[in-house]
Amino acid sequence: MTSIDAADLKRMFDAIAVAIEADKDRLCQLDGVIGDADHGIAMALGFGAVRDALAPLELSATEPTVLLNTAAKSFLNAVGASSGPLYATAFMRGAAAVKGKATLAGADFIALLQAMAQGIQDRGKAEIGEKTMVDAWLPAAQAAAAAHASGKTVSESLAAALQAAERGAEATKDMIAAKGRSSRLGERSLGHIDPGAASAVTVIGAMRKSLG
Amino acid sequence: MQTKKIINDGNRTVDEMLDGILAAHPRHLKSAEGSPRSIIARDGPRQGKVGLVIGGGSGHEPTFLGFVGKGLADAAAIGNVFASPPPDPILGCAKAASGGAGVLFMYGNYAGDVMNFDMAAEMAAMDDIEVRTVLTTDDVASAPRDQRQKRRGVAGNFFIFKAAGAACDRMLSFDECERIARKANDHTFTMGVALSPCSLPQTRRPNFEIGPDEMEIGMGIHGEPGIARGKLKTADEITDEMLDKIFAEMAPARGDKVAVLVNSLGSTPLMELYIMNRRVKQRLDDIGVSVHATWVGNYCTSLEMAGASVTLMHLDAELQTMLDHPCDCAMFRAG
Repeated sequence: MTSIDAADLKRMFDAIAVAIEADKDRLCQLDGVIGDADHGIAMALGFGAVRDALAPLELSATEPTVLLNTAAKSFLNAVGASSGPLYATAFMRGAAAVKGKATLAGADFIALLQAMAQGIQDRGKAEIGEKTMVDAWLPAAQAAAAAHASGKTVSESLAAALQAAERGAEATKDMIAAKGRSSRLGERSLGHIDPGAASAVTVIGAMRKSLG
Repeated sequence: MQTKKIINDGNRTVDEMLDGILAAHPRHLKSAEGSPRSIIARDGPRQGKVGLVIGGGSGHEPTFLGFVGKGLADAAAIGNVFASPPPDPILGCAKAASGGAGVLFMYGNYAGDVMNFDMAAEMAAMDDIEVRTVLTTDDVASAPRDQRQKRRGVAGNFFIFKAAGAACDRMLSFDECERIARKANDHTFTMGVALSPCSLPQTRRPNFEIGPDEMEIGMGIHGEPGIARGKLKTADEITDEMLDKIFAEMAPARGDKVAVLVNSLGSTPLMELYIMNRRVKQRLDDIGVSVHATWVGNYCTSLEMAGASVTLMHLDAELQTMLDHPCDCAMFRAG
């Protein structure tokens, strides 16, 4: 895919909604171990709301920025919780990063991905190693940027992002939670994958499949 | 196997509950125009009064919306089950509660709530409403003493909101209301124990596993794992274990006064709560601490979780005055 337009982004969000819905129970179970068992519900609710909000848009007349801001607002208002502000901020920062563009070239999409990851980190104030979705999103955005800089296509860059996200999520097993609800567990959070990092892998996986 | 619940649609439980609550309490509560998840006191907000907005996830009833009314909170923002409300309903509450003297946001210290309420506070500032935030952190089990600011807010919310709401109702200044709210939080200590899990209406699966003969001390009100799991003990042993932790923090002196809350997490009956309260009174008598007031019942629940919490508020003359101040809410009255 050489350039990405609003219709491509809508298909991407639809694909994420399908993937998260299919993954809902697993995410709730992961969250039940170290949290309050609702992460899959919140994510499915959020991306379901995004799908519904994007459905009526006249895509040929919609800029990516408008679509991303619509996604942010619908996700936030459907969910609240922690994932609401985190993903809403991601989409809003992504929207700002591609403002004024009718279609996104490869470099634009990489910039969008990096802005999303940065938005998540800024809103949640989490660092790498604190057992949160940042441990998947940040390495994913960095891997995509590095791959793209070395001449890889968007599709190949997203494949690199997915690999990095998977590694990052897996690594949360060996981390003691320092942010979010599971941080009160201390060492009892060891050995369990962070549900927010796990769902980030699902989201990035759906993005790769849809745009690859 | 799914748990049994009296519901229609797992995704509609919060909205259908709100319909029922507004039908039951039309004299006390209304929803804000165009913002059905902003529940407003009919007789609360007024010009020149500091507004008090509380809120959080559903599933803890009567927390939060049961404490909306004259003399207590002006508005509550309602989230999905165990999930913070998004910024929009919180902003709706802030607008309704604002009497031009500032608005206090008070809610339990959870990452999601902090992000959503902070976003709402930024939006309120754009509407020229000054917001200050006081997080509740009464759960002694949720972080060590030197990290009090990391602790969760649990059943002690009831005392803390009550004191802050009284300060607001007495038309004290924004600074004074904030000071009293912070002091109320600093003087409030809660410990909980869970015996069996709850289940979310959307999944209807137990949200944690616990053996038939086990209990977990310090478990959070969303089923977050606590500090220690062990064999189920007697009421006196459990109460002692909780009070030992609370006393160690509160450092009560002979002649001091406290307010007591023995709270059910949902399905533990009054009988067991009163057995616990009997032990609380014995232990307080033993150390020469008098009980100014006691509340026993469902004040901050966790759906149908079995278990209980004990909260003590260490009183001085000011906090006692605030607790005694009359209030008239849909699910709670005093004075």
